[in-house]
Amino acid sequence: MADTRGTTSNAFIGNLGKIYGGYAGGFIVFTLILAVLEQMGVPNKIIGYCFVILTIGVYAYIGILSRTMDISEYYVAGRKVPALYNGMATGADWMSAASFISMAGGLYLGGYNAMGYVLGWTGGYVLVGILLAPYLRKFGQFTVPDFLGARYEGNGARLCGVVVLFAASFTYIVAQCFGIGIITSRFLGIPFEVAIFVGLLGILVCSMLGGMRAVTWTQVAQYIILIISYLVPVVWLSTERYGIPIPQLTYGHALEQITALEDKLGVVKHHVAAFTDAKGQFSWVEFNNFWALVLCLMIGTASLPHILMRYFTTPSVREARNSVAWSIFFIFLLYFTAPAYAAFAKLEVYQNVIGQPIAELPAWVQNWAQVGGLLTIKDANSDGLLQLPELVINQDIIVLSMPEIAGLPYVVSGLVAAGGLAAALSTADGLLLAIANALSHDVYYKMIDPRATTGRRLIVARVLLVGVAIIAAAVASTRPSGIIQMVAWAFSLAAAGLFAPLVLGIWWKRTTKVGAITGMLAGFGVCLFYLVMTRYAPVTFKEMFGTDLWFGIRNISSALFGLPVAFVVTWIVSLMTPEPSKEMQDFVDSIRVPRGVVVTGA
Amino acid sequence: MAQLDASQMKQYWAKTSRLMWTIFALWIFFGFVVHLFAVQLNTITIFGFPLGFYMAAQGSLIAFVLLCVWNAVAQNRIDEEFGVHEE
Repeated sequence: MADTRGTTSNAFIGNLGKIYGGYAGGFIVFTLILAVLEQMGVPNKIIGYCFVILTIGVYAYIGILSRTMDISEYYVAGRKVPALYNGMATGADWMSAASFISMAGGLYLGGYNAMGYVLGWTGGYVLVGILLAPYLRKFGQFTVPDFLGARYEGNGARLCGVVVLFAASFTYIVAQCFGIGIITSRFLGIPFEVAIFVGLLGILVCSMLGGMRAVTWTQVAQYIILIISYLVPVVWLSTERYGIPIPQLTYGHALEQITALEDKLGVVKHHVAAFTDAKGQFSWVEFNNFWALVLCLMIGTASLPHILMRYFTTPSVREARNSVAWSIFFIFLLYFTAPAYAAFAKLEVYQNVIGQPIAELPAWVQNWAQVGGLLTIKDANSDGLLQLPELVINQDIIVLSMPEIAGLPYVVSGLVAAGGLAAALSTADGLLLAIANALSHDVYYKMIDPRATTGRRLIVARVLLVGVAIIAAAVASTRPSGIIQMVAWAFSLAAAGLFAPLVLGIWWKRTTKVGAITGMLAGFGVCLFYLVMTRYAPVTFKEMFGTDLWFGIRNISSALFGLPVAFVVTWIVSLMTPEPSKEMQDFVDSIRVPRGVVVTGA
Repeated sequence: MAQLDASQMKQYWAKTSRLMWTIFALWIFFGFVVHLFAVQLNTITIFGFPLGFYMAAQGSLIAFVLLCVWNAVAQNRIDEEFGVHEE
């Protein structure tokens, strides 16, 4: 990939298997060497440093090798990424700090009720595959707002698209910076606020020089690390406890043991029980929120520009479709492991931590308690023993601390940290690129200065990239909310604003420019209103509507209200405005068919 | 046959749409309908897994992967039937 013009050579594509195979082998050898060093007495701190610094070093190396001054390479990796590798890159792009760091923690705390995240963050790919990806690939421009601008004739729809894209992606990226801060803070032993900016360098070095091209090839590398490091601790525990290295099969036993222990410890809300409230009773509020969340996350998946733009990089429409299947397969590998991770962590805590003398708790408790109060222990009844209610553990540290809780060698903790970092960095890079591309390509080039030279466009793109990254890190350092909540908000915002115009634009020729724009504004507006009011002005909201939440739906599922509004408004207004021109209808026909040229609508 | 005439285009899109709606319906089934009955399914236990829990943790996920594979294979077949696949 490192030839002088900065374009991807066919020799590189042909050797991908060898290159990444060698890389994965190298990473395993590196981990084994550290394991040996740990046994020889090298301190934990050094091992943590090695994992964090060496992996970031590798990403930086790939990022620098992939630098480019070619516009198509910068925006869509030259459209040469084979389906399988685009699947891996999408997997890394997709699985963020929320999936890697927080989701199993959410399952640990919420049991079945948190399963909405597992379903919601996988099922959406079915919609991406059947409704959007192949058609957006055929359309064949650089960004998602590009499609809106072409289909809905002009900069009005394009600008609305950029606004929604920015709102969703920025919320999302703040959550990633937060996750990167937690990991670097814990494993480099520096304050959280400083750690965020150290992590920022890791993000920028991957994406700044090479755009989509660099991000693609780093994301493939990051996927390999994140999947290995997620599987190792659970496979280890499964083998240790049940003698079978397939945790996805064996954690059924863990679930049975958990249920038995819950009865013994007096936990009324069972881990496996569906739709229960804190008292362990069936709850309609939990039931409704479960569906709302599943729907919003799935639709959000099919609306998030940093995911959709990954399918712009494949060589053909057919490869785009195959790539969706590869993507969900690679994502599935982590998602069907997460509930096992949560179950093993819970079993460890119930069996080996609860009931221990507080004074004798191992060092990991101290280490985690120092990272911004994410773990607290209070001896409420002063008996010197740890009872279940006396341990408050934040969902964002369950995955990272589980190897230590289970007494695995520290090298496994370092491995998991490297995986979490890979997950957060890869998603942050994808998001950052989506935002910077929308600003540089859609706003600057298409709307402000259409005569800008290639060199100038690429410089503007890079300046914006750095600017957005710094602002995101600064917002994250104020700790606005938990990772998983912020990410769920991003999904709702994208779903309410972008799903209707994208899907209807392809599947319903009658959708008009005015219809799409009013639909986007209305849907996004309702969603944003509900989210902001219930989050930041709950008192005013209650005065206005006489209730805390509409139908008890939490604001992580705000799109439940925005989505139907978007569809209904688009539909009604489209029917009230004149039918799109013959040329526009031909344009829609031409993107529905894989072969042939795309006719321009305008 | 690079270009389809109007009636071929109509047929092509009808077939594509039928595939889309079929997979869409299965998506609704595995994404939502199955889990409506999670409480009832949880009374059945297989290898330690309550069935309702299992469907949300693994069963539906496997279905989603298969649906995406099916979509890729079946749509490619439709494209080839109409001669609109890429060279």
